[in-house]
Amino acid sequence: MKQFVWCLVILLAIVHQDVWFWNDSTLVFGFMPIGLLFHAGISLAAGITWFLATKFCWPKPVG
Amino acid sequence: MTPLIIIVLYMSLLLSLGAGANRLFRGTSQDYLLASHSIGPVLLLMSLFGTTMTAFALIGSTGEAYTKGVGVYGMLASSSGIIHSLCFFVVGVKIWTLGNQYGYTTQIEYFRDRLESDKIGLLLFPILVGLVVPYLLIGVISSGGVIQQVTAGAFPSFFESTNGGIPRNLASLFVCGVVLIYVFFGGMRGTAWANAFQTSVFMILGMVTFYVIATKLGGEASFLENLRKASQAVPEEKLIREHIPKLAFFTYMLVPFSVGMFPHLFQHWLTAKSAESFKLAVVAHPIFIMIVWVPCVLVGIWATSSLAGVPPTVRQNDVLPFMVKELAGPLLGGFLTAGILAAIMSSLDSQFLCIGTMFTNDIVLHYAGKNRINDKQIVLLARLFIIAIVAVTYGFSLLKHRSVFTLGVWCFSGFSSLFPLVVASLYWKRLTKTGAYASVLAVLVSWIWLFSNADYGANREYLFLGMMPVATIFACSTAALVIVSLLTKPPSDETLRKFFT
Repeated sequence: MKQFVWCLVILLAIVHQDVWFWNDSTLVFGFMPIGLLFHAGISLAAGITWFLATKFCWPKPVG
Repeated sequence: MTPLIIIVLYMSLLLSLGAGANRLFRGTSQDYLLASHSIGPVLLLMSLFGTTMTAFALIGSTGEAYTKGVGVYGMLASSSGIIHSLCFFVVGVKIWTLGNQYGYTTQIEYFRDRLESDKIGLLLFPILVGLVVPYLLIGVISSGGVIQQVTAGAFPSFFESTNGGIPRNLASLFVCGVVLIYVFFGGMRGTAWANAFQTSVFMILGMVTFYVIATKLGGEASFLENLRKASQAVPEEKLIREHIPKLAFFTYMLVPFSVGMFPHLFQHWLTAKSAESFKLAVVAHPIFIMIVWVPCVLVGIWATSSLAGVPPTVRQNDVLPFMVKELAGPLLGGFLTAGILAAIMSSLDSQFLCIGTMFTNDIVLHYAGKNRINDKQIVLLARLFIIAIVAVTYGFSLLKHRSVFTLGVWCFSGFSSLFPLVVASLYWKRLTKTGAYASVLAVLVSWIWLFSNADYGANREYLFLGMMPVATIFACSTAALVIVSLLTKPPSDETLRKFFT
């Protein structure tokens, strides 16, 4: 599970580069540029991925 | 006059927070500089978020979207959502553990210990301070600019040259004074409280701004119709990323690594009550970024439409204050200005406190000897250094005006390029002090060379080999660190036992 979560983080960083909507000016719901919506989705996915990381990858408790 | 009254009331609230924190002050340097490691998850999240979201978050994001379009969100915001949390996770938690174990307060104390080198402090100190000061200037100058813009017309007989608005320099002095007072009396606890309060203020008022501007631009009955009307008037070139080079977009992802080496964030990490306190910040940070940035980017692209009527003479960083002044009434305009100032001041306070701490711990205490200075004197020293750094920063703000915003990304690039050093120090046993010196010097040389090539920041579109300059500096830093470490004597067994068992 630990490796899976770290793979998700790497996948998120790759998908974040977004080659799909680079020149797409579609307005989703009539007001939201699709490129902006995609990256807002990435932010949401980052929150979920980091939640999984705190569940499965958190370091064990130890001038 | 109404916005000014609201700003003064808001500043008074902040001062009362500082006074409240002062009543809980335990009189020790640990309490003044690290809030006695008492900061829980919610306060840690709010203070980390408030500190990382500077003037760039509200004013910068709107201004950048105004000139470059929606691609700004992917370039600056969603990348930060991934990378900032990564830094909190892999660097912050580990640093907190070591700091708690060995009593560190500053980065340099940690690096001196880990690298078995006293001199590394003398190399890192001027670099870290040199990179933070322009970052401070961005906040000081932009806060003055915002107040000047929204108070225009309030004092026509006093300030003719600024259209009746409070002059930028005077407004900056007022902001510096307020931050200085609550940091001086409240220390880290006052700073954390003020950050939490200000983060709430700018998040809520940011959304209110978005709602008001959409309603005014659309002029329709329903909010959704207003959003549609505002977005559909935006030129197509602002809805796509055609003019952002793909390699530049890709390498921009290295810029948010700067949070791994910000000295003021390092100090905030050490205030945590436990490692568990970091969990909420790691998870919620990307969501909070989305809540603040998406509305600002939309407002930025709306400003390019004929509906907004922003004259071409308005500078990029004045777009949001202009929209607020033109589209919101004076009462709401005052509240929204308080929100913008909240975003700026919640970073200024941590940076002032951090530089004061670095001068106290890394220079005076380190060279004079901890045993020769008692705890009360340490607090007094920190306070005197905070006054000095506020005065120096304000002095600099009077000299430089327009080019300071272009320095922002260069400051972040410098901090980002030091990120390999902090990661290697935490996870790579083979890192040597010579490797660390080589890495820092590689950053210094490549940063200066690229900065001069970019006409000292004046060329805002400067790319090297089609990439952001940070990519080259980061690569030089990493290569020097690895190659020199492998060629030199490993750290002692005692150091390895101390940091890796």
